[in-house]
Amino acid sequence: MTAPILEAAGVTMVFGGLTALKDVSFTLRDGEIIGLIGPNGAGKTTLFNCLTGLYAPSRGAVALRGTRLACDPARVTAAGVARTFQNIRLFPGMTATENVLVGRHVRMTQGPLSSLLHGPRFRRSEAEAAERAEKLLAFVGLTRFADELARNLPYGDQRRLEIARALATEPSVLLLDEPTAGMNAQETQSTRQLILAIRDLGVSVVVIEHDTKFIFTLCDRVLVLVQGELLVAGTPDEVRGDPRVVEAYLGAPPEEIEAQIHRSEV
Amino acid sequence: MLPTLLSQVANGLVLGSLIGLIALGYTMVYGIIQLINFAHGEIFMVGAYGGLAALTYLLPAAIANQWYLALPIALVAGAVIAALVAVAAERFAYRPLRDAPRLAPLITALGVSVALQEAVRVFYPDATAALPFPSIFIEGTLEIPVPGGTVPIKYAGILLALVSLALAAGLQVFVDRSRTGRAMRATAQDRDIARLMGIDPDRVIVLTFLIGGALAGVGGVLYGGYLNNINIDMGFQNGIFAFTAAVLGGIGSIRGAVVGGLAIGLVKSLGGQYLPGGTAYDYVWIFVVLIVVLVFRPQGFFGETERVRA
Repeated sequence: MTAPILEAAGVTMVFGGLTALKDVSFTLRDGEIIGLIGPNGAGKTTLFNCLTGLYAPSRGAVALRGTRLACDPARVTAAGVARTFQNIRLFPGMTATENVLVGRHVRMTQGPLSSLLHGPRFRRSEAEAAERAEKLLAFVGLTRFADELARNLPYGDQRRLEIARALATEPSVLLLDEPTAGMNAQETQSTRQLILAIRDLGVSVVVIEHDTKFIFTLCDRVLVLVQGELLVAGTPDEVRGDPRVVEAYLGAPPEEIEAQIHRSEV
Repeated sequence: MLPTLLSQVANGLVLGSLIGLIALGYTMVYGIIQLINFAHGEIFMVGAYGGLAALTYLLPAAIANQWYLALPIALVAGAVIAALVAVAAERFAYRPLRDAPRLAPLITALGVSVALQEAVRVFYPDATAALPFPSIFIEGTLEIPVPGGTVPIKYAGILLALVSLALAAGLQVFVDRSRTGRAMRATAQDRDIARLMGIDPDRVIVLTFLIGGALAGVGGVLYGGYLNNINIDMGFQNGIFAFTAAVLGGIGSIRGAVVGGLAIGLVKSLGGQYLPGGTAYDYVWIFVVLIVVLVFRPQGFFGETERVRA
């Protein structure tokens, strides 16, 4: 096994009296695709927010390649963790290319003065950024929409554009929050190919999905989060057969519920 | 007939490009933080007084009548002072209230407006009266011959219009093409995601106030040089016009601010000339136009129908 790249240790998140995450620990290894599943409200997106510095965990820590990540989204992105959002968060009034270029912002150093002066260094870095943006759009298959405003893109393509923007930050870890939500079977299939291609670029991926079939056939390992706790972690086969997972998703088996009713009557 | 009409068109375009220049500050700040910075008119006024102070105290009297020396000194001084005041207002008055309900920064802007007027009064105690403003460009008037007479335009007016339009065009290119302009648009559209992408929203906001302030300062100095007098109410009057221009053009839009400014300049000068009531009613026509446009196009000329915000 290769070295862990992202490591969450005892991440706990308390909002007021509600414990959204309880002592969640896991490691993501280099080149791995991990699936994160669980019922609604299990804390999946909260975990992503903790991993990307949007939330400061109440307890616990997140480390990238052994270095603890700050609770500052910009610094987390700069360190190499990028993400997409369950509810798409593109810059709606900017073109697809511009959206990707903004993703590149974190890797560029020229300030406003240099862009006013249009020095050679500025022009070189702009040209390089434009070239990279073009390549990234081609990679996710959006070349034809390069100059289209993000808000005019079809829904599935908006999700792809968000992935392209995340990749523009040159991440070593990519967190995808429901990348196939609202997609048809064909789009879902091409998203799977895209995620595999991203992994082949050397980016490790964590995917949140409700579509368990998608997760079980795509991921190397699967984490099951239930009521803020990591219930099971293992290979798709191990997780699929685990009775606790079935229980979490479908509720307790009928005979057990009956037994509980009996107990409470006594 | 024709000379009068064309003279009023010329006056309208000069005044309109100035209003457009001031309107850029309203529209940019609103675009980024959804604040109507009612103190922006006073920033314009402070720029004019800053330019005047530089001409009075920095420029040796012996060379004061050389416009090619006086003009850059006055412009730089006016722009720098106005930009600093705008940035200070953001830092100390608006930033602490950024997450407060909308009304709080709005009222604060009115307070900043009064504070700036009184601050200028400290240096110029009888500032309500018109103060003479020296000429900072080629003196005199260009007489353009037209059938039936001539159309006079002050050289200082030509300068005012050309500089204003050039600055607005430059700003549009900067915002559309540069990396920093991209960061500004990204911040305007989704501040949290912009931050995630490594953009520092505070820096973008400061830069917005800085640019808007500097443009207003340049406008103030050119306006002083055009009319050859300034007073403390110039900020309020022109600020109202500029705010109206920004709304008319579609608030948040640079192009809209300029077109709105030119429209208001023309309505003011032509309405004052030809509509009943004369110049006494020119304000009325401006707001009639505003109301009519907003009834049919609430988002203004270039505004977006809906702001998509997360």
